[in-house]
Amino acid sequence: MAGMGRDGRQSGGMSANKIKPDVIGRIMALTIGVPRESLAGEKRVATVPEVVEKLVKLGFAVAVESGAGDAANCDDASYRAAGATVIDGAAALWAASDIVFKVAVPTPEEVGLLREGGTLIGFIWPAQNPELMQQLAAKKATVLAIDALPRQLSRAQKMDALTSQAGVAGYRAVIEAANAFGRFFNGQITAAGKVPPAKVFIAGAGVAGLAAIGTAAGLGAIVRANDTRAEVADQVVSLGGEFVKVDYEEEGSGGGGYAKVMSEGFQAAQREMYAKQAREVDIIITTALIPGKPAPRLITAEMVQSMKPGSVIVDMAAERGGNCELTESGKAVVKHGVTIVGYSDLNSRLAKQSSALYATNLFRLMEELCKTKDGVVNVNMEDDAIRGLTVIKEGEVTWPAPPPKLPAAAPAKPAAAAPAAKKGGHGHGAASEPMAAGPLATMFAVAAVLFWFVGANAPQAFLAHFTVFVLACFVGYMVVWNVTPALHTPLMSVTNAISSIICIGALVQIAPPLAGGMPPEPWIRWLAVGGIALTAVNMFGGFAVTQRMLAMFRK
Amino acid sequence: MSGNLATVSYIGATILFILSLGGLSNPETSRRGNLFGMIGMAIAVLATVFGPRVTAAGIPWIVGSMVVGGAVGLYAAKVVKMTQMPELVALMHSLVGLAACLVGFASYIDTSAPLAGAEKTIHEIEIYVGILIGAVTFSGSLIAFGKLSAKIGGAPLLLPARHWLNLAGLLVVIWFGGKFISAHSIGDGMMPLIVMTVIALLFGIHMVMAIGGADMPVVVSMLNSYSGWAAAATGFMLSNDLLIVVGALVGSSGAILSYIMCRAMNRNFISVIAGGFGTGGGTPAPKGDAAAPAGEVVPVSATETAELLKDAKSVIIVPGYGMAVAQAQHTVYEITKHLREKGVNIRFGIHPVAGRMPGHMNVLLAEAKVPYDIVMEMDELNEDFPETDVAMVIGANDIVNPAAQDDPTSPIAGMPVLEVWKAKTSIVMKRSMASGYAGVDNPLFYKENNRMLFGDAKKMLDEVLVALKS
Repeated sequence: MAGMGRDGRQSGGMSANKIKPDVIGRIMALTIGVPRESLAGEKRVATVPEVVEKLVKLGFAVAVESGAGDAANCDDASYRAAGATVIDGAAALWAASDIVFKVAVPTPEEVGLLREGGTLIGFIWPAQNPELMQQLAAKKATVLAIDALPRQLSRAQKMDALTSQAGVAGYRAVIEAANAFGRFFNGQITAAGKVPPAKVFIAGAGVAGLAAIGTAAGLGAIVRANDTRAEVADQVVSLGGEFVKVDYEEEGSGGGGYAKVMSEGFQAAQREMYAKQAREVDIIITTALIPGKPAPRLITAEMVQSMKPGSVIVDMAAERGGNCELTESGKAVVKHGVTIVGYSDLNSRLAKQSSALYATNLFRLMEELCKTKDGVVNVNMEDDAIRGLTVIKEGEVTWPAPPPKLPAAAPAKPAAAAPAAKKGGHGHGAASEPMAAGPLATMFAVAAVLFWFVGANAPQAFLAHFTVFVLACFVGYMVVWNVTPALHTPLMSVTNAISSIICIGALVQIAPPLAGGMPPEPWIRWLAVGGIALTAVNMFGGFAVTQRMLAMFRK
Repeated sequence: MSGNLATVSYIGATILFILSLGGLSNPETSRRGNLFGMIGMAIAVLATVFGPRVTAAGIPWIVGSMVVGGAVGLYAAKVVKMTQMPELVALMHSLVGLAACLVGFASYIDTSAPLAGAEKTIHEIEIYVGILIGAVTFSGSLIAFGKLSAKIGGAPLLLPARHWLNLAGLLVVIWFGGKFISAHSIGDGMMPLIVMTVIALLFGIHMVMAIGGADMPVVVSMLNSYSGWAAAATGFMLSNDLLIVVGALVGSSGAILSYIMCRAMNRNFISVIAGGFGTGGGTPAPKGDAAAPAGEVVPVSATETAELLKDAKSVIIVPGYGMAVAQAQHTVYEITKHLREKGVNIRFGIHPVAGRMPGHMNVLLAEAKVPYDIVMEMDELNEDFPETDVAMVIGANDIVNPAAQDDPTSPIAGMPVLEVWKAKTSIVMKRSMASGYAGVDNPLFYKENNRMLFGDAKKMLDEVLVALKS
C-alpha cells in the first residue's frame, strides 16, 4: 500500500511537471485525492478540472478516481488534461492521497480507506455524526469540516460551501417548482387571452431563499418572502421580492447568520400569516432550518388543503423533517391536488454547477492552508477560520471550536444602528490615537517653561485672565472636536458671528463713566462707533446666514 | 445694572456660546445651537450696554452704529448665494480683524484707567499684540476674499526671498514693540504702533497672496482662528473674561479646522502657510516612470452616462469645486431624486478639502435639498467602493487621484483620497484634461474602468437628467 502511495504521488508530481516546469524538485508536494462519491444519488464531485489546474499551481499533486466526475459532466480525460492523475479504484486512490476532498459525509468504509494520519476535507456535520468523529480520530486523521466554517468571518465567505451549495439548491428549487407548475411564471397578455403572473411565496430568506427569490423574480413571478430575521428585508427587496412581515414584535437573529426558535406568540402570528399566504399564492418554497434542530413545521395539512389545485410546494428542508407536514423526503407527491416536492438532492440535480462552486470553495481553503504555495499544508490553529474548520487535528478532537474573536457581523438592526454610529464619532479617527511619548514630553516641557515664565513675571490680575484663557482653549478644543464635518461651514460662520463679541470692547469705550471729570476724546468715540458698526455687521449677518444654512440641512 | 450682575450675565453668555458650538455636532441640534449663540450675544451686549461701564450718553451712538451695521449684515446674509459662502465668511473675518484694530487703538488712546509698572507694560504688550493680530486678520481676510471671489487671481504670488521678507518684518515688529513699550507718552508710542500696523497689514497680504487657490480651506479656517485670537487679545487688553473665553473658543475652533484640513491634504500646516504649493511657478511634478499614466481615456456621452446610472444598483457621487463653480448642485439633486425613486442606493462622498472652505460641499448639497443622511464623509464610505456600481466624480480631481496611494514620488503622495477607481465603473466629469491645482496628472483617467464625460458640469448633468427621464 505504502509503495503504491509513493508511486501515485510521484506520478501526480510528474504530470504536474508537464504543466509547470518550475514544480520540479518539489518532492515534498502533497497529493490531493478526489474519490468518486459513494453515496447513492450523490452526483457531485469535490473538484473539477478548472480547479485542478489552480491546485497544481499551488504546488499540489492531484489524483482523481476514475469516473469520479462522470455524473457532473467531468470525464477522466478532462481531469488528465488539467494535470491530474487518474487512478482506478477507490482503495488505490485513498491510499495514494495525503489529503482527501469529499463532498458527502464519508461512510465507515471510506473512513477505513483513509491513511493513518491523513487529512480529510469535506462535509462532516460533527454534531450529527459522533461515531464518524470517533472513527476519524482513531485514524489519527486531521479533519477539516467545511460545514464548521465560522461563516460570520468576512474572509471566510470565499470558502463557504454551505452558502454556495444553498444558492444552487435555491435556484434548483424554483426550477423544480416551475417544472411541476402548470402555468407560466410571468404574466402575459396574448392574443389568446391574459395570463396572470404566478405568485410565489418563499419561507426563509437565507442563502437558498434569496437565490430562490432572485430566480423566481427573474422568471417574472410575483415573489413574496418572509424570514424571522427582520434585517434581511432589504435583501429580499433588493432581489425583486416583497417582504411579508409577521404581525408580532420579536427579533429572530440567532447569531452566525441563522435564525433561532421563536416564542409561542410569534409562532401563532406566523401561522396565521402562512395560512393567509397559502390561500393566495400558487407556489410555496420553504427553506427554514434551525441549526441542530428539526426543521420548523410551517405549512400544516390544512394550509395545503386551502391552496388552489395545481399549486406546488417545494420543501427544501425535507431531509431534516420538512417545513411542510405532508412532505415525503426524497419524493414528489400530490396531496389535495398540490404537488409537494421533497427532493433532498437538489444539488445533485445541478451537479456540474454545485461541483464547480464547491471545488472553488475548497481551492480557496487550500490557498489559506498553503500560503507558501509550495504544496505543503499548514493547519494554523491561530487563524480563526482554520481553527473553526478543524474538527480533528492529528487524531485529537478539536470540535467545537471556541467562538471567533470577532463579534458576529450582522448587528441586530442595521437600519437603526447606522445613524447611532454616526452620532457617536465624527471620523477624526487618527487624531484620537494616543500621541507618541517623545513629542508629548517635549510639548509638556515647552508648556512648563512657558507657564513658569508667565508665573514668574506676570502680575496677579493677568494670571486670573490667563487661567480663563487656557481653560477656554481646552473647552473650545473639546467642543469643536465633536462638530460633524458636514457642519464645518456653519461652524465657521457661527464662530465668526460669535467673534463679534469684540463689540463689547468697543461698547465699553464709547461712553465710560468719567473718572477724572474729563469727557472722552472724540477720537476714541469715533473709533468705538466704527468698531461697533463693523462688529454689528458680523453679529447680525453671521447669525442670520448660519440660520439660513442650517435650515437647509434636512433628512 | 451692577457690576456683579453684568459679570454673571457674562457667565451665562459664555455658557450659551459653548452650548452653541456643542449644538453643531449634529444637524438635528444645530439650529438650536445657533439660537443659543444669538441669545448669548444678546445677553452679552445688553449686559454691557446697561452695565456700569457704559453711561447713558453713549446709547444713541450705540444704537445708531448697531442699526447701520446690523442692516448691512442682514442684507448680506439674505442675498448671499451658497456658492459665495467662503467669500462672505472671509469678508466677515476681515471685519473682526479691523474692529480689533480699532478697539486696540482706542484702548491705547484711552487714559481713563491709569496703570503703572508691570501692569502698564503688560497692558501695552496686549494692545500691541491685539492690533498686530487684528491687522493681519484684516488684510489677510481681504486678500482671501479677493481670491475666493476671483477678484484676484488664485495663483500664488511668490516674491523672491519671501521667507526672509517675512522674517525681516517680524524682527522690525519686535524692535518697534520694544520702542512702543518704552515710550513715555501716547504721542511717542503712536509712531511705532502705526508702523507695526502697516507691517502687519503687509504681512497679512503677503501671506495669503502666496497661498494657492485650492489651499483656501486651510487659509479660511486659519483666518477664522486669527479672528478668535484677536478677540482674546482684546479681552486681555480690556481685562474682560467674556472676550477672552469667546476668543479662545473661536480661536481653537479655527485651529482645529485648519488642522483637519491640513491632514486631509496630508500637508504640514507650516508648509501651507509658507505657501507656493504646486500651482503655476511651482516645481513641475516629478513623474516616476512606473507611474507615468499610459493608455487612453474613454470619453462617454451624457446618454451613455445615464445608461450606466440606470443599470446601477449603488452609486456614489463625489463632488468637488467644479460642481460649485458650475452651480450644478440642483441638477445633481434632481438626478439623485430620480435614481432614488428607482430604488438605486445613491450616496455622496465628501472629501474634507473638497471646495474652498471646510464643509463647503455639504452646504451646497443641503441647499439643493439633498438629505444629509446620504451625504457621507470620506472615511465612512471609502470601503464601500468595491461594491459600488458607478462612482461619479463631478468637478473634482486631486481628491480622487490614485497616485496619492500608488506613487510615492507624487507631490500628493500620502494624501487621503476617495478610492473611486475601486468601483465597477467610475465616471469623471471634467471640462478638459487639465490637471488639478496640484499640477499632478491623474492616473484615474486612464484606468480601464474609468469613463470621461467632458463639458460643463451643469450642462452635462442636465443632459444626463433628460436622458434618465426619457
